[in-house]
Amino acid sequence: MAIAIVDYGMGNLHSVSKAVQRLGFEGIVTGDADIILGADGVLLPGVGAFGDAMEHLRETGLDAVVRQAAASGKPLLGICLGMQLLFSESEEHGKNEGLGILPGSAVRFKGGEGFKVPHMGWNRLEFLQPNSPLLAGLKEGHVYFVHSYHVLPERKDDLVAVTDYGHPVTAIVGRDNVFGMQFHPEKSGELGMALLRNFLSLAKGSENSKG
Amino acid sequence: MLAKRIIPCLDVKDGRVVKGVNFVNLRDAGDPVELAALYDREGADEIVFLDISASNEGRATMIEVVKQTAGEIAIPFTVGGGISQVDDMKRILRAGADKIGINTAAVLNPALISDGARRFGSQCIVVAVDAKYNELWGEWEVYTHGGRKPSGIKALDWVKEAESRGAGEILLTSMDADGTKDGFDLPLTSAVSSLVGIPVIASGGAGKTSDFYDVFTEGKADAALAATIFHYKEISVPDLKQDLKSKGVEIR
Repeated sequence: MAIAIVDYGMGNLHSVSKAVQRLGFEGIVTGDADIILGADGVLLPGVGAFGDAMEHLRETGLDAVVRQAAASGKPLLGICLGMQLLFSESEEHGKNEGLGILPGSAVRFKGGEGFKVPHMGWNRLEFLQPNSPLLAGLKEGHVYFVHSYHVLPERKDDLVAVTDYGHPVTAIVGRDNVFGMQFHPEKSGELGMALLRNFLSLAKGSENSKG
Repeated sequence: MLAKRIIPCLDVKDGRVVKGVNFVNLRDAGDPVELAALYDREGADEIVFLDISASNEGRATMIEVVKQTAGEIAIPFTVGGGISQVDDMKRILRAGADKIGINTAAVLNPALISDGARRFGSQCIVVAVDAKYNELWGEWEVYTHGGRKPSGIKALDWVKEAESRGAGEILLTSMDADGTKDGFDLPLTSAVSSLVGIPVIASGGAGKTSDFYDVFTEGKADAALAATIFHYKEISVPDLKQDLKSKGVEIR
C-alpha cells in the first residue's frame, strides 16, 4: 500500500506525508514517474503561486505523469493549490493553464466587508453529495483553509462540498477517481484526518481490485 | 463564516516548556510536543510556540521540536521568538511549522516582513506586536525586546505598515492587560481590528470565559491567545468552546 506524494518543488510536504503515515499508510514523497504511476494512490499537495507550480510540473514532466495517473483510474487527490492545478486554468498573476483534468477555473476572492483575503482559518463544510465516498460516515464540520483564489468548476456535479465565505466556495470536488480539497486536511483536526482516511481507503480499494 | 480561533501559547526554552504548566495527565508536562498534541485533542484551533532560548543550541533544539510536532498534531502551528532572518524562517517552515512569528526583528528591519511574505507567502508571516498605552500620546506605543524597550513607534501606524508589507496576521499583545487576568484590552484590540484587513489575534489578560466572548464581539478579534489559564486548567479549551458556542459565537 503505497501513496505517492508528488514532489515538484512547491512547498513543504512534511505534514502531508506525516499525516499519511499516522493513518497507517506508506507515504512516499517523490518526483519519480515510475513510483507515482506504480503507487496505489496519488496526492498532489502544493502551496505557492499557480503559475510557478505549473512551470515546475512542466519542467519535470510531472504534468503528464499526473494526467496519466488520473486517466489510469487510480485515486488522485489534489490538496489546496494541488486541487486548483487539477482544473483548466487560473487567473492568478494573469491567465495560466492548469492540468485540465477537471473543467473550471480558479479566480481571486473579491473580498469586501467582513471577508478578508486570504480566506484563512476554520470554516464549516456543507456536504452537497453526502453519498460521495470521501464523506462516508462523516458529519459536516470545520476544516482549515488558507487561500486567496477559489475554484469555479464548470460542472456543478463535480462539487462535493462547499463552504460559505460571503458566497459558496468550492471546498471538495470529485469525479470518478479524481478528488480535490481546497482546505488542508492534514491541518484540519479530526475531520481533516477522517477525510484523508476516506481517500486513502479508496486507494486500498483500488489495490484490492488489482487482484 | 470563519470560526473564531482559540490558541494556546507555549513558552519553550531549550526544547522544554518553561512556564505555567500543571498537567497531571501527561507523561512529561515539559515536553512541548506532548503538550501541543494534548491541546490538539482538546480542540485548540492552533498552537503558538514562543522560543525563548537564548543560545544557538536552544534554537537548534527548537527545530527538532518543530519536526516532531508536525508529525504529531493535525492543526496549524506558529513558531516565534528570536527570528531575525529569512533563512531562520526557511529552516523553521521546512521543519514543518505553518507560520512564523516575528517581533523585534521586524521593527528593527521592516523589510523582513516583505521579504518573508514574498518568499513564503503572506499566510506564513505573523507580525507580533507588543503594545502599551502611552499617556502622553493618548495612544498605544510599540515595545520591542520582550517588552523592555519602547520603540517610539505608534502601534496603529506599525500594524498598518506591517499589513502593507505583506503580514498575514497580527498577534497583538497588550502589555497593560498581560498578566492581569482582568480581560483582554478591548479598546486596543478593537482599534487594531478595525484598522487592518488581516486577522488579529488578541493576547494578554485572559482570566475567565467571558473575556473571550468580549474580545470576539466588542474587541472584534479573529482569534484569542492565552497561556497560563490553559496550562493551569483554570479554563479548559473544550469548556471554553462550548460556552462560546452557546452564546452564538462561531466556533469549530
